[in-house]
Amino acid sequence: MAILVIAEHNNVVLGTATLNTVAAARAIGGDIHVLVAGAGCGAVGEAAAKIEGVSKVLVADDAAYAHQLPENVAPLVAEQAKSYSHVLAPATTNGKNYLPRVAALLDVDQISEIIAVESPDTFKRPIYAGNAIATVQSSAPIKVITVRTTGFDAVNATGGSAAVEAIGGAGDAGKSAFVGEELATSDRPELTAAKIVVSGGRGMQNGENFKYLYSLADKLGAAVGASRAAVDAGFVPNDMQVGQTGKIVAPQLYIAVGISGAIQHLAGMKDSKVIVAINKDEEAPIFQVADYGLVGDLFEVVPELERLI
Amino acid sequence: MKVLVAVKRVVDYNVKVRVKADNSGVDLANVKMSMNPFCEIAVEEAVRLKEKGVASEIVVVSIGPTAAQEQLRTALALGADRAILVESSEELNSLAVAKLLKAVVDKEQPQLVILGKQAIDSDNNQTGQMLAALSGYAQGTFASKVEVAGDKVNVTREIDGGLQTVALNLPAIVTTDLRLNEPRYASLPNIMKAKKKPLETVTPDALGVSTASTVKTLKVEAPAARSAGVKVKSVAELVEKLKNEAKVI
Repeated sequence: MAILVIAEHNNVVLGTATLNTVAAARAIGGDIHVLVAGAGCGAVGEAAAKIEGVSKVLVADDAAYAHQLPENVAPLVAEQAKSYSHVLAPATTNGKNYLPRVAALLDVDQISEIIAVESPDTFKRPIYAGNAIATVQSSAPIKVITVRTTGFDAVNATGGSAAVEAIGGAGDAGKSAFVGEELATSDRPELTAAKIVVSGGRGMQNGENFKYLYSLADKLGAAVGASRAAVDAGFVPNDMQVGQTGKIVAPQLYIAVGISGAIQHLAGMKDSKVIVAINKDEEAPIFQVADYGLVGDLFEVVPELERLI
Repeated sequence: MKVLVAVKRVVDYNVKVRVKADNSGVDLANVKMSMNPFCEIAVEEAVRLKEKGVASEIVVVSIGPTAAQEQLRTALALGADRAILVESSEELNSLAVAKLLKAVVDKEQPQLVILGKQAIDSDNNQTGQMLAALSGYAQGTFASKVEVAGDKVNVTREIDGGLQTVALNLPAIVTTDLRLNEPRYASLPNIMKAKKKPLETVTPDALGVSTASTVKTLKVEAPAARSAGVKVKSVAELVEKLKNEAKVI
């Protein structure tokens, strides 16, 4: 049995989500190969070869794969997948984009966002925004799976010495083209990989007030997130959203500031190790999941917290 | 051009779901059912394209039980022109749904198919991508902006870390993200008018599609509950606890 893990990367750096996905592959058990599809992505291939537990790295270096366009990447992955029992990708926006396309090309069902491996054919996954956990069993000849990264502790990025092999693919399918992208530039850690996350909700009142959270986050080395209410109110952009409809995070410490704790938000952060809630409403549902709750005015509490840390 | 919109009947997003005592699934008896929120956004986008003169006809399709006619009537009240129900009382996986939609696409030949990015019950996030693969069309998933320009559609997508814009050859598949638009409410006159719009019912067999699945659900459980912790009285006490008790800073 061999497992193919599709690497998350930006052609320059290997994404840490790959390490969590390899961890899921190890839980399944078997020979683990990593596929890097990109353009000018040699350094990513070398990084993938060092991942603990990986025995082979396949690198498909072609301009057609530069932006992970699913019309181009899915046929490549589907072709490679035929030699494997399992194909795993992280449940990032990339993985969620191309992997169902791969599954359909292979005529198999996909199992989305697994959080645990029970056996090589049986997995746990959240449904109804995490309000229920389903245990599902697959009889597909090739099991196509996305992995929720917060469900698996990352393997070591170093220690391995896998062989790297260059492979070719069909290239550009001629159906789609990359036009451009606007990526948030920040020196803070990425939300889903940060050890500490500070998030603001409707209680922040406006986008300008998020400066209190940025300042606290910089002192803690934390990422900054937001509730859907704060995003819908236009305080901050959607890529900061934590919740069922945004990013799923599970940091060591999650500080919820001015967030009431709607089910949809809890679905995105309730697996955090330690949750702190700061809210002036002592009845706010967020306190029901918080390890430490502080009832108070966030505009006084947050600056004081920054000072005392 | 013709636009096809797929909608799903799901438990209303305000309902707090409960797991059945025998762990066979989630209890859906007597709970409010609605159109999946991402599907509402898909219908709204199609209606806006028609209002702009880009779309000439909107066909809405649902795959589900007889009761899914309610959601199709809602879509008709919001501005769709006619509806198709592929009737199936089984709970179908995304691949089966995508195959059924492919059969409808083959028949209807739309230039654009709009779907929600995921249903809030199964949380699969697969159907649009699978339909794109089966049809051989390009896909613009998690869309926050859709602009039809000649024989292409430009789709701005919500991706990790920001936004990405792609140009797709038509026909194409688009799946909606939350910020694409804010769906309208159906007016009473439009709800009345919707009752007279055509709604056709077909079966998976008639479409020649097998809905067999390779995945079975063994059990469904409630997630591990998180219990409330302590309330601290001051910021100083909080910092002390985080440093010495939780040891996270």
